[in-house]
Amino acid sequence: MSVAVKLPTVLRPFAGGAERVQVEVAGEPTVGKVFAALEVEHPALRRRLTDDQGALRRHVNVFLGNDNVRDLNALDTPLSDGDELLILPSVAGG
Amino acid sequence: MSETVLLIGTKKGLWIGRSDSERREWRLNGPSFEMQGVYSVGIDTRGERPRLFAGGTSEHWGPAVFHSDDLGQTWDEPPEGSIGFPAGADASMERVWQIQPAPENQPGVVYAGAQPSSLWKSTDGGVRFELVSALWDHPHRKDWGAGFGGQAIHTVLPHPTDSQRMSVAMSTGGVYQTTDGGDSWKPANHGIKAYFMPDPDPEFGQCVHKLAGHPAVPERLFAQNHHGVYRSDDGGAIWKSIADGLPSDFGFPIVVHPHEPETVYVFPLVADGNRIPTDAKCRVYRSRDAGSTWEALTNGLPEVPSYAPVLRDALCVDQADQAGVYVGTRDGCVYASADGGDSWVEVARHLPDVLTVRAAVLG
Repeated sequence: MSVAVKLPTVLRPFAGGAERVQVEVAGEPTVGKVFAALEVEHPALRRRLTDDQGALRRHVNVFLGNDNVRDLNALDTPLSDGDELLILPSVAGG
Repeated sequence: MSETVLLIGTKKGLWIGRSDSERREWRLNGPSFEMQGVYSVGIDTRGERPRLFAGGTSEHWGPAVFHSDDLGQTWDEPPEGSIGFPAGADASMERVWQIQPAPENQPGVVYAGAQPSSLWKSTDGGVRFELVSALWDHPHRKDWGAGFGGQAIHTVLPHPTDSQRMSVAMSTGGVYQTTDGGDSWKPANHGIKAYFMPDPDPEFGQCVHKLAGHPAVPERLFAQNHHGVYRSDDGGAIWKSIADGLPSDFGFPIVVHPHEPETVYVFPLVADGNRIPTDAKCRVYRSRDAGSTWEALTNGLPEVPSYAPVLRDALCVDQADQAGVYVGTRDGCVYASADGGDSWVEVARHLPDVLTVRAAVLG
């Protein structure tokens, strides 16, 4: 199955400048599996979304439609073929 | 004519200053790494070309260590990252506090100190770092505490000639040393007070803020503690106070002159509970007798009241024959001395909070 990940401007340099990357995931896709798949082609992008142990960084928000995946099942949130994940930094910091 | 480069890491990016050998007038470029806290920088002058390092932390996207071989015009890092805990380590990199090229006798070796308290070693010039597992696996680690800034190894002090020996310091935890190339580590805090603990003389747990030493006198070490300024004349086995003559024993940085092993610099703050410069003056203090007596350096430093502290890595020296000294403040000012601290010029003002400065003479 194929899922898209839409990136904010600041992260596009870590995906060759692309606004949207397409990720192929075998089996039942989840947000976590999509991130794991990013490791292959875009490891520098993956590192900025999750920490060394694969946990979503505190100020990184991932939206599926209008829902923050933290309000769903976080990295275990199931996805469907053709879904798009939107990455947005949280409004934080001074 | 030689050139001098000055790296200024701030809460919101990196600035690079360049000057000639006179070091009176500076050209600043920046910022790079905007919105990243640049907590560690380094300059490796051992190779054919100088290599610069920057350890940045984005509040959103996490930490990373970058290197540059063109004096900061471009920066690189491996796609998989320079430094990070392996999967299953039960820890993730939070911040890189220190990037320390090894002495000349260890070509290609660069060390890093990080949060959570961990030591890292690179053998490829600082491109990729590996965890020094013996220190990470130390039985004391579960009892290491966290200072206000976090639990981190913030000082990495390789022995100048013996590659098997090294000192590190952490907040909180104190000083640890190896004599077998990092395979085993022992605390070395005898004499350093820990007034904030039930036993003020613990084996470890001290809040050492910074260590310094001179290559010509490797058995002598200096420490600025969380209250307490100390010297050891036996490689860290015993520490004795050298705070008499200072207006306060609290502060963060301590630095040794590059050519005068008895000359040492600190920046005193009033106290733990009042972290502003003593007398509300931006003053570096210098001792020329290894801490027996101290003098305030004032010529060229601001006369107006100053309430900005200097952090543990925001005081440094270069290696010029007539040594340069540099200090960066939390109100975004940087001052440089081209004469060992006798007189100072302003390099920058109104930068973000200065976290670290490092300088080197090139060519």
